[in-house]
Amino acid sequence: MTTAAGEAAAAATERILHDTLYGTARGVVVDSPPGAGKSTLVVRAARELVAAGESLMVVAQTNAQVDDLADRLATADPELPIGRLHGSDSLPDPVLDGHPSVMKSTKAGDLAQQKVVVATAAKWAFVKDVEPWRHAIVDEAYQMRSDALLQVAGLFERALFVGDPGQLDPFSVVGADQWAGLSYDPSASAVVTLLAHNPGLPQHRLPVSWRLPASAAPLVSDAFYPYTPFRSGTGPEDRRLYFGVPSDGSGPDRVLDEAAASGWGLLELPARHTPRTDPEAVRAVALVVRRLLDRGGVAVSERGTSPLTADRVAVGTAHRDQAAAVRAALAEVGVSGVAVDTANRLQGREFDVTVVLHPLSGRPDATAFHLETGRLCVLASRHRHACIVVCRAGVAELLDEHPSTEPVQLGVTVKFPDGWEANHAVLAHLAEHAVRWRP
Amino acid sequence: MSLITTLARAEAVATGRATPLATVRHRYLSERPLVLVPLTTAGEVGAPLGALVGTVREEPRLLVVPQPRDRDLRFAFLSELAQVVLPYVEGYADEVEVEPATRNRVGAPPSRQAGGESEVCADAPQLIVPNSAAADYVRLLGRSTRFRRTAEEDPETPFPVPARVPLLGRWLTHYGERARTPGSSLLLAMTELLTRHWATGQSDLEDQHLGALLAWIDLPLSSPVGVPPAKPGGGPPPPGLSGAAAARRAESGRGADGLLFFPPAGPATDPVFDNTVLAPAMKRYDAGLTGAEQRIRDLVASQLRPTWDAVWHGLDLLRALGEGGRVEERWKRDRWSYTGHRDRVRAGEPPQPRRDNAVAAAQKLAGRETAQARLAAAEALDDPLVMAGRRLAGEAFAGEVAEVEMAYSEGKIPKPRPLVTVLTGDRPHLDPDGKVFRALPEGKTQQGQFVEWAGPGAAVVRLVNGMGRGREPEPASVPEKGDRVCWTLFEHSPRGGAELPDPEDTPWTHGGPPQAPGEASLDTVNAMNSLDSPDPVTAEDYL
Repeated sequence: MTTAAGEAAAAATERILHDTLYGTARGVVVDSPPGAGKSTLVVRAARELVAAGESLMVVAQTNAQVDDLADRLATADPELPIGRLHGSDSLPDPVLDGHPSVMKSTKAGDLAQQKVVVATAAKWAFVKDVEPWRHAIVDEAYQMRSDALLQVAGLFERALFVGDPGQLDPFSVVGADQWAGLSYDPSASAVVTLLAHNPGLPQHRLPVSWRLPASAAPLVSDAFYPYTPFRSGTGPEDRRLYFGVPSDGSGPDRVLDEAAASGWGLLELPARHTPRTDPEAVRAVALVVRRLLDRGGVAVSERGTSPLTADRVAVGTAHRDQAAAVRAALAEVGVSGVAVDTANRLQGREFDVTVVLHPLSGRPDATAFHLETGRLCVLASRHRHACIVVCRAGVAELLDEHPSTEPVQLGVTVKFPDGWEANHAVLAHLAEHAVRWRP
Repeated sequence: MSLITTLARAEAVATGRATPLATVRHRYLSERPLVLVPLTTAGEVGAPLGALVGTVREEPRLLVVPQPRDRDLRFAFLSELAQVVLPYVEGYADEVEVEPATRNRVGAPPSRQAGGESEVCADAPQLIVPNSAAADYVRLLGRSTRFRRTAEEDPETPFPVPARVPLLGRWLTHYGERARTPGSSLLLAMTELLTRHWATGQSDLEDQHLGALLAWIDLPLSSPVGVPPAKPGGGPPPPGLSGAAAARRAESGRGADGLLFFPPAGPATDPVFDNTVLAPAMKRYDAGLTGAEQRIRDLVASQLRPTWDAVWHGLDLLRALGEGGRVEERWKRDRWSYTGHRDRVRAGEPPQPRRDNAVAAAQKLAGRETAQARLAAAEALDDPLVMAGRRLAGEAFAGEVAEVEMAYSEGKIPKPRPLVTVLTGDRPHLDPDGKVFRALPEGKTQQGQFVEWAGPGAAVVRLVNGMGRGREPEPASVPEKGDRVCWTLFEHSPRGGAELPDPEDTPWTHGGPPQAPGEASLDTVNAMNSLDSPDPVTAEDYL
C-alpha cells in the first residue's frame, strides 16, 4: 500500500466527516469511484454521528445493499442499536440474525429507539407521520431516482449523499422525455436533482480505489472519470496472480497468462453477427472460467496469499438471458459457485478475477443500452487482480459505424465521457492484451 | 425488440406479408370514435393547414386554412374544430354510472379510490389520429390554445380568440397527456395500433408511414371505399405484389404530375405538393382571385382523403380481432381519466400548467410505470401469442403437471403448501425462492414459489395461496396431474409504490414548494407563465 495514497484518502475522509458533523449545509455529496471505501465511509460516518449523540436513518437502494450495510455496521460496532426496517414480503438476510444489536421490523414506530435505522428507499417511502430524523445517509445516491428522493426527503433534515457517478444511471421503463431538462426530472438521478436545486452544497471525492489494482485504476479513471481522476491504493508490486499449472497453449490459457501478467486480457473470437446468447462466446467464457479454476490460481495481495476459488470469480454480462446461458454452460463444464450476473446486479460487488462477455460482442448495432458508460464501467471495475473480456472481433468498426445519436436536450447536463468514447478507450487498451482464438 | 418480434419480422420479410403479433385486440375501440386527420404547414410550427374530422366515415368534415400564415384564419380554423370536437367530447359527460362505496376502485384517481359513492362516466369519447406525429400535433394544438383568452373572459385581452378555443385546447391537452399512459385508449394513433398487432418486414421508422404499413398488412391494398383514387394509377396494386413492393409503391409512387399516389399521413405534407401545387394556389388566394379558396380546399382534401380512408380501413382490420379480456378494465381507467377532467373543467379550475411541478411529474411517471407493468401482464394473460413471447424470453413457463405432493406449512395452524412439479420445454430465468404467478378462473391469481429443478425441464413450485382458509385446499384450487398450467415470473396486477408528498410539502432537495400554489384563477396561471425571466445580458450580446 502506498503511503501517499493512504494519506490522501484519510484527508478526504476527514473533510467529509467534518462537513457532515459540523457543517452548516443541509447536504454533503461524496463521489466515490469503484472500490474507494464508500461502505467504510458510510459505516464510519454513521458511528461518528451516533457518537455525537445523534440518531440517523440510512437509505440504500436494494434489500441486498441494506442487509450488507446493517451487517457491516453491526460488525464494526456490536453495541450500536440498529433497526432494520423491511417490507412484509421481503425478509432480511438471515445473516442479520447473528447480530443481537439488530432489531427487525416492518414498522418504523417499533424501531424508534434504535440509533441507526436502515431501509431501502422504497420502504422509507411508506413511512409517514414520524418525527423527521436530524440526519440521514443516502447510499448509492447516483443510482437512486429523483422521484424516490422526493418521496423520502421529507423524513430528514440533512443528509450525506454517497455514490459512484460512473455506474449505471437509474432508468425508467416508460418515456420521460417530457421532463428532460427540468431540474426535478423524476427519471434523473437523485444527486442531479439535489445539486440543481442546491448548487452550493459541499462536494467531496474519495481519491483512492482500494479495490482496483495498479493495472486497472489508470484505465478506469481515464476512460470513465476523466475530470475526477483517482488512483489505486496499491502499487504494481502489491498484487500478483499466478497459476500452479502451466499453460496448455490453448486460447483460454494464453489469455489467462496475459491477464495474470498484465491485469487485462481480451479473448478475441472471429468476427460474426450472432444472437445475444452467442453459443461460441458463451462457451468460451465457460472454458476460461474452467481453466482459471483448474490451473490452481493463487492471488497475492496486501491482504495476504489466498487460492483463487470459485467464490472469488465472477462473470458479467449485459443481459439476463446471457447470464442464464453462461450459467448453463458453466454447469456443463462442471463449474459451480461462480457468480454470474448482469452489470446491474454486480454493482457494488468485488471479486479477484472477473470474466466479462463484452456488451457489444457479435452485435450488428450499438444501441444506447449497450453503449451506456455505466454498464461497461461496472463490468470493468469489479476485480482486484484481473479482468478478462471475451468478445467477437470488429467492435471498433461497429462503434465507428454507430456514433452516438442521442438527441441533445436543453437544460440536461451532458455526461462525459459518453459511452462511445469510453468504449473506444477501453477497447484500445484491451487490444494490447488480445489473444485471438478460433474455438 | 423481443426475440418473438424479431422472429415475426423475419417471417414477414420471408413471406412478404405482415405477421400477426396478437390473436386478440389489446386496445379498446369505441363504437363511435372521432377520427382526426390534421395537416400542418411546412416551415411554420403550429400552423394548421387543414383537417378532416368526424365520427361518420362517409361524412368527414373538411376544415381548411387557405392562408396558414394569417393568424385570424388559423383561429377561425380552431374555432371550427372546436365546434366539431367539443360537442362530441361533451356528449359523454352526462351519462354516468354510480360506483358503489369501495376501498379499491379500479383506475380511480387517488382522491376517489376510497370513500363513498362516486360517479364515473358510462362511456368516454375516443380520438383516433393516423400516426404518432399526429398525436404530438394534438398536444401542440392543445399547448398553443389552452392559455389563450376569449373576449368574453377578458374584454381587455389584446388578441382575443374565438369562444371555446381555449376549452378545446384543454381537452386536447388532456387527451395528449393521457395518451402517454401505456395501454390507454382515449387518444390512439393508427400506426401504433397496427404495429401492436402486426409485424411488418420493414423498420420501425418505415412503419410510421400509414400507407406503407397498411400495404404490408393488407395485401392487395384495397381501394378506399366510395372514393375514387386520388390519381390514375393510385388504385389497388396488381395482385402478387410483395409487402415490400406494395409499401414502396405506397411510400414513393408518383403520377405523371409528380404527386404521390398516396400522400403522407401527415401532419407534414409532401414537399412536391407544397411547391408545385399548393404554393401557386396560395399565391392566387393572396391575390384575391375568385375560386382560389375553393381550389385550396380541393387540394387539401385530396391530400387528406386517402389518409382518412386508411384510418377507417385500419379500424376495420382491428375490429375484426376480438377484444382482449382485460381491455374493458383498462378502458374503465380511461373513463375515470375523462371523468376527472370533466370535473376539473366544471369546477372552473385553470388550464393544465405549462410544466408539471416536481410532485406532479413524479406522480405521472409512477402512474405510467405501473400502467406499463399492468399492461404487459394483461396482454400476456389475454393472448397466448403474447404469452409465448414472454415464455421465449424466460419470463414465463407452461407445461403439464407431472406430480402433486401435498405438504403443509409449519406453525400452529398448518396451511396447505402443495408441491407441484411441472414438465416444461421452456427455459425460464428462475431464481431460487423466486415468486411465480398463475391465473385462476374468475380473475384471481395464485402465487407460488419456485423450489428447484427436479430434473431437466421439471420445475417444482410450492403453492402459497389461493387455496382458501381451511386445512384442506378448496376444490380446483390445486392443479392435478395432467393439467396444463402456465406460470409467470411477473405479477399479474402489480401495484404502484408509496404515495408522493403533497406539492406544498415538496422537500428542499426538489426546490421546496412551488412558488405559485395552484389558485383557481387565470391570473395566477399567467403569472406563472411570466416567471421565466429572460437570460441575463452578457458582453457577447453586444458583439
